[in-house]
Amino acid sequence: MSEVEQVRFTEQRLAEIDALVKKYPAARSALLPVLHMAQEDFGYLPMHVQQLVADTLDLRLMVVREVVTFYTMFREHETGKYRLEVCTNAGCMLNGADELVRHITKSLGINVGETTSDGMFTVTEVECAGACAGAPVVQINNEYHEKVDASYMDAFITKVGSSSEGGQA
Amino acid sequence: MISSDPKQVKAICFDRVHLEGQTGLEVARKNGAYKFLPTVLKDFDSEQIVDEVKKSGLRGRGGAGFPTGLKWSFVPRNTGKPTYLLCNADEGEPGTFKDRDIMRYDPHLLIEGMIMAGFALGVKDAYIYIRGEFLHEANVMDAAIEEAYSANLLGESILGTDFSMNLTVHRGAGAYICGEETALIESLEGRPGRPRFKPPFPAVEGFYRCPTVVNNVETLATVPAILEFGGDWHAAIGVPNNTGLKIFSVSGHVNKPGNYEVPMGTSLKVLIEEYCGGLQHGTVPKVIIPGGSSTPWLTAEHYDTPLTYDAMMKAGSMLGSGAIIVMDETADLIALTRRLAHFYAHESCGQCTPCREGTGWLERIMNRVEAGQGCKKDVEVLNDAAVHMAGRTICALADGASAPILSLLKHFPEVVEERLMENAE
Ligand SMILES: Cc1cc2nc3c(=O)[nH]c(=O)nc-3n(C[C@H](O)[C@H](O)[C@H](O)COP(=O)(O)O)c2cc1C
Ligand code: SF4
Ligand code: FES
Repeated sequence: MSEVEQVRFTEQRLAEIDALVKKYPAARSALLPVLHMAQEDFGYLPMHVQQLVADTLDLRLMVVREVVTFYTMFREHETGKYRLEVCTNAGCMLNGADELVRHITKSLGINVGETTSDGMFTVTEVECAGACAGAPVVQINNEYHEKVDASYMDAFITKVGSSSEGGQA
Repeated sequence: MISSDPKQVKAICFDRVHLEGQTGLEVARKNGAYKFLPTVLKDFDSEQIVDEVKKSGLRGRGGAGFPTGLKWSFVPRNTGKPTYLLCNADEGEPGTFKDRDIMRYDPHLLIEGMIMAGFALGVKDAYIYIRGEFLHEANVMDAAIEEAYSANLLGESILGTDFSMNLTVHRGAGAYICGEETALIESLEGRPGRPRFKPPFPAVEGFYRCPTVVNNVETLATVPAILEFGGDWHAAIGVPNNTGLKIFSVSGHVNKPGNYEVPMGTSLKVLIEEYCGGLQHGTVPKVIIPGGSSTPWLTAEHYDTPLTYDAMMKAGSMLGSGAIIVMDETADLIALTRRLAHFYAHESCGQCTPCREGTGWLERIMNRVEAGQGCKKDVEVLNDAAVHMAGRTICALADGASAPILSLLKHFPEVVEERLMENAE
């Protein structure tokens, strides 16, 4: 990340963004959806991607930065290929979420907030995922996994850890 | 099928959620979706719809319980500005998970409710603000909306009438505060979700300073049944001033956590014992948080309280979003309170000093107390901070943050005391 990379949206994305902007009274409203798109396309939102979004929507970089830093789902830094986001709020806590976090971090040998050295897994604690009947809940790359226990996570980690190296997230 | 006899009504929002393939338009229509919509668009006028909703007694299901018909009647007419309808699908209040099931299992019900509400309010553009984590639900909604456009249920001249309305799903990005209606509006304008001062209320000055109605998913999903069967029909379900069915999201230490749509006025105990299969340990809950983590706790003595806005208020709490978190004797109340203190500190938008500083204090002190390093003075500060931040801020997040702390200190002073003692010697 030493020199500024040149990134661009694909033609198809630009067409999507054009259509999106028309759905709102002002283009600025498209900022969150376009940041989601950019994150999907580029994996995360380093400064040059934020600049691209600012240019695309004709906004100042500061405006984009303020939004990126306010919302937890926007990531300014690279994460592991699999983001293990464990809900530890009330409903999940009452059903073993803290033990689950301890198990996962211990078996991966990292702390909460860290990424494994092979770049495969990042573990974070998140707020109520809105799925408390399935406590404890783990979101893995935008997908909900409910009633998760230690053996479920072990199996998941073994499966993707051994199979993929360069597969798809 | 929803019964036209109010005594027989078993489900309103969840009437079709268990049917296979219900997310597709064809199946949804076979099961009654959009059946009454042509009648509404052709035979009803705006005033009539607002009147029926007023008559129904429907109160907003998002947390505050504000009468929906009344809210709609506040929207000024003929301002020369567009009126917007925003569906609040942010569902961030810890413990709440009902709107997700409506959206992922019966998206057409929400769309139909929004068309009817939009028609009543003269809306041309409506949006569903859905929490960012609900990607699957957003995709289900998008697909359903696309089908609705193809069938001329949305877009220009809906079903050949002169009513036109667009509907767009808009994903948030992980900020609890965006569930607060004015923060939601800020967020939908592409800004950080910082609540606005009220008044002006959104009904007068909301999205891009235009008249705006913000309603919860469950509220809007109730509208089709009210218009089909009538406001009086809805008012005859439940109990006076607390009418209709309500979805309760029950979680924590119950055997069958889940969403249960029951008549308002059903008792907490009946819900937990007969619907949720009772507690995991023991027979009487230690703590019940009746309306999401921001509402004051109830204890065993209130186990029989009817599930209504009024009864919950009388018992010293709130019905809130209907998110019931149940704790049996095994719960570590200090750990739980510390965790909720962390939540509010993390989610405070930071623009009011009492909230920004207060939530931080509460979290830091609870960390100490949990670690057995708290002192008597800490308890005083906890109490002072919690008392003084509530009601002194732009939005109600600060009140929500103080609720668990004040509840812990009020109902379980000995538990706190005991934890302080740990490091006394
Ligand atoms: C901090 C905070 C968070 C809120 N979160 C939500 C939410 O996630 N969903 C919701 O419908 N209402 C939420 N509300 C309530 C909304 O501000 C608003 O009252 C509601 O959407 C109105 O809809 P209703 O009248 O249909 O209930 C929240 C309020 C506050 C103060
Ligand atoms: S009370 Fe807290 S969350 Fe609400 S506006 Fe003030 S600082 Fe923001
Ligand atoms: S507390 Fe974990 S999903 Fe709600």
